[in-house]
Amino acid sequence: MALDPDLPISFSPMHRLQWEEAQQKDVILYPEGMVELNQSSAEILKQCDGSRNVEQIVTELEKKFATSGLKDDIVGFLQIALQNGWIQQP
Amino acid sequence: MAGSNNLNITPPRWLLAELTYACPLQCPYCSNPLDYAKYPSELSTDDWKRVLSQARKMGAVQLGFSGGEPLTRQDLPELVKYARKLGYYSNLITSGYGLDEEKIIQLKTAGLDHIQVSIQASSQELNDHLAGTKSFQHKKEVAHLVKNNGYPMVLCVVIHRENIHQMQQILEMAEELGADYLELANTQYYGWAHLNRDLLLPTKEQFLKAEQIAQAFKEKVAGKMKIYYVIPDFYEDRPKACMNGWGTTFLTIAPDGVALPCHSARELPGLDCPNVNDFSIEEIWNESKAFNFFRGVDWMKEPCRSCDEKHKDFGGCRCQAYLLTGDMYNADPVCSKSPDHHVIEEAIQAAKKTTNQAKEAPLVFRNNKASKQFFS
Repeated sequence: MALDPDLPISFSPMHRLQWEEAQQKDVILYPEGMVELNQSSAEILKQCDGSRNVEQIVTELEKKFATSGLKDDIVGFLQIALQNGWIQQP
Repeated sequence: MAGSNNLNITPPRWLLAELTYACPLQCPYCSNPLDYAKYPSELSTDDWKRVLSQARKMGAVQLGFSGGEPLTRQDLPELVKYARKLGYYSNLITSGYGLDEEKIIQLKTAGLDHIQVSIQASSQELNDHLAGTKSFQHKKEVAHLVKNNGYPMVLCVVIHRENIHQMQQILEMAEELGADYLELANTQYYGWAHLNRDLLLPTKEQFLKAEQIAQAFKEKVAGKMKIYYVIPDFYEDRPKACMNGWGTTFLTIAPDGVALPCHSARELPGLDCPNVNDFSIEEIWNESKAFNFFRGVDWMKEPCRSCDEKHKDFGGCRCQAYLLTGDMYNADPVCSKSPDHHVIEEAIQAAKKTTNQAKEAPLVFRNNKASKQFFS
């Protein structure tokens, strides 16, 4: 299962991404499980709203954090997210 | 009492809400206490809402609605809605009995996140025998409906000697039903399963063969279906890290409001488990005797006390130590370092003996009549 660079990415409807006040972090919730996210992973997943492909997500995040050179890290994480079923492509 | 180190208490993350002990099924491996019929009172809707709010405020986020059969509670949709509003991820742990499409949609609208349907076996005859109820066809229909209505579908099959030979067919059934997750839960021998252990514990050969089949299938369906395999600890040489450590993560509330550090803890003597009618969840979690009883490692005896793995498995399961050695402070006898490890060997041999007998003592099914034998 590989990431298609052209297709938009959306967060899986079988999971829920949510801010946890008690833990002061974002988490992914799914049947009988929870993954605690660091801030950068959470920021990437929040961009996966079905309207952007990889390139557009990179652009968006580099703009948001006024930086460059994020592509490798973002692609690496999205690949893991896809394998775990947290995100999907049509 | 040991382990009263209150400095490093982590908040609860998982709340298991056992809404009722009422159940139309009679599974002979039920994890409810043998004397469950002694506790017929149930918390009110408002009590449950208070419990949900208080636990959520402390940080609980995974919520299981369980029982008994939680669908027998008429206020389930109301509680689901309330839980969703609080931000819980809610799981309905059900036999599927009494579940139809209307109810499935109603619960989805209320905010239920997923439904876990239990099936007892891959054939109608065995399923209905084990459940003590004609339920197989309906369970399969429910599994389809759950899937069709956009829930992640989790199928749970409890594995034991009566159905372990069906492992391949169980896996194929799960695939055919489109399960997103399959939980293959090897029976844990507490409550009714402990009572029926000689008839339920598979032989090592049966277990190894079934595990091999499940592992091969896991690779075949990778990416489509996730398989959770709950190990049968009788065939391990180290105990499970029960409950992720006592009072660290899991909070169970029994139907009558008794708060338990694990759903079997009711069987342990002298814990004085507190009731949510008398204390807040915060008081219960942080201050009660029961929740501090086995926190940390100060309570441990040898060989756990000097063991370099004590922070990994926390000495194993307290209920298992109590049930099998008579002393809840002992190391879980599953551990090969335990001086009582021979009781596990003996249990395996006793179970093996019954497999070789032509005429078996019957399984004791979980129902009110049977339960009333266990208290007066």
